[in-house]
Amino acid sequence: MSDARSSYSEHLLRELAPQVLGAVVRRYGDFSAAEDAVQEALLVAATKWPEQGVPDDPRAWLIQVAARRMTDEQRSAIARRRREQAVLADVPADEQITPALDTELASEQDDTLLLLFMCCHPALTRSSAIALTLRAVGGLTTAEIAHAFLVPEATMAQRISRAKQLIKQSGQGFKLPSERERDERIEAVLHVLYLVFNEGYKSSGGERLQRVDLTSEAIRLTRAVHRLLPSDGEAAGLLALMLLTDARRAARTGPNGELIPLDEQDRSLWDRAAIDEGTALIGEAISRGGVGAYQLQAAIAALHDEAARLEDTDWPQILALYDLLERMSQNPMLSLNRAIAVAMVHGPRAGLALLEPLARDPRLANHHLLWAARGHLSERAGDRAAAIAHFRAAAERSASTPERNYLLLKIAKLASSN
Amino acid sequence: MKFMLMMNAPRGTGDWGVQNWSPEDLKAHIGFMMGFNKELRSEGSLVGAEGLAPPGQARIVRAGKGSAPEVSDGPFAEAKEFLAGYWIVDVESAEQAYGIAARASAAPGPGGKPLNLAIEVREVMSGPPVEP
Repeated sequence: MSDARSSYSEHLLRELAPQVLGAVVRRYGDFSAAEDAVQEALLVAATKWPEQGVPDDPRAWLIQVAARRMTDEQRSAIARRRREQAVLADVPADEQITPALDTELASEQDDTLLLLFMCCHPALTRSSAIALTLRAVGGLTTAEIAHAFLVPEATMAQRISRAKQLIKQSGQGFKLPSERERDERIEAVLHVLYLVFNEGYKSSGGERLQRVDLTSEAIRLTRAVHRLLPSDGEAAGLLALMLLTDARRAARTGPNGELIPLDEQDRSLWDRAAIDEGTALIGEAISRGGVGAYQLQAAIAALHDEAARLEDTDWPQILALYDLLERMSQNPMLSLNRAIAVAMVHGPRAGLALLEPLARDPRLANHHLLWAARGHLSERAGDRAAAIAHFRAAAERSASTPERNYLLLKIAKLASSN
Repeated sequence: MKFMLMMNAPRGTGDWGVQNWSPEDLKAHIGFMMGFNKELRSEGSLVGAEGLAPPGQARIVRAGKGSAPEVSDGPFAEAKEFLAGYWIVDVESAEQAYGIAARASAAPGPGGKPLNLAIEVREVMSGPPVEP
């Protein structure tokens, strides 16, 4: 088998996964069992297709294999019940087999959305929603997901099966949420995809190259959501935010996985195509009105990405966007970022003055980013002693190795620059 | 977020306090630990867990002057506590990790009474965060 062929069939499988699952759930109703059956069908295809070639109608092939699996499962469940109850079932065995295949192509697109709503159900914890989404909609195997999150496969399998149990208990059917719930459910889906992106972004530096690329997976799924909901500004905004952030991937880590902050990155390494696509997306979304938080964050990322040099950054415009964001939500992390923008427009002292009360906010007081920001602004203000003290406080609070290394290096440089 | 939960046990009068427990108490303790690990796995939070061999077998190793490692008995006969075992859990907040640690701390000891052992909770370092 050639690599190109196997990666083609892998790609195809991942694209087809939610469509196949949608069809099987429609036919049998049991989401949990259908999801298992589709996983098995995907695994069979993953070994067969690269060697024997992709079938003429791969979607129908997968549905058939999964359906057979479901029927076998139902049959043995019936047999089990018979044995247990010693009662003859009145349903003839042939009525249990091979139901007509769902070939209704028009519903494919809706199915993906329905599955996303289901997997991102509010009854689930974030981590189980993430895991289930990656498996049921993303078509990843449990082993791949476990590997991506660096937990044992057995633990991930439990997380997924618990998630499915909770969905069952919640009584959520395979149908679109009511008009009233719809916005809230879309928000939940976007949040889960954002978390997947974040997880991938956090691990994209250096040592963890072997992990499934969650960043690309999040972009792929968000692209699908945007395609299904083209008029949803926040779906477009989130996709743009991901593209504009991921565009800097090659520049954000050094050869040893060390962290390179935005203001020190080699901008020629940024991905122009991703920046252009993200910028066009966000421009179009914002022009339609109804601006939300993802769109504003994407617009800020676009302003960073459009600056060929650090000093070309349009900080007043970034500050204006942070003002809007701050009005929209009371997140102290936004206030922190806004203070940095203020410092870039009005000088480091103005930024420091805004950071001071934030240090008394219990949600932020122990957060390394607050102390790192104070360190950077103190350094810019020429207060070396305060900068060192703040960077030390940040290093003590950071739970990220590359970041702590960056801070320690910063302290060492400042301390020896006498 | 991943956390390491380190269970520190008192050194006891002998080499290892557990050696003086009754078989029933020991069985109850082992049963608790096995059940606890199973619970963590089925909750989807267990990354790993190990119990460590008794401290009497511990050795302190340093790079020697030649090629051979420099091994000495250890550690620290005067230490009041020693590391008996650890868990690594993957949870969504520090509070959840504290909750799990408290459950571990309630492991039964002599007479079935909760041991109330000290569990040290430390966050495991991760990748860099997302920049604005």
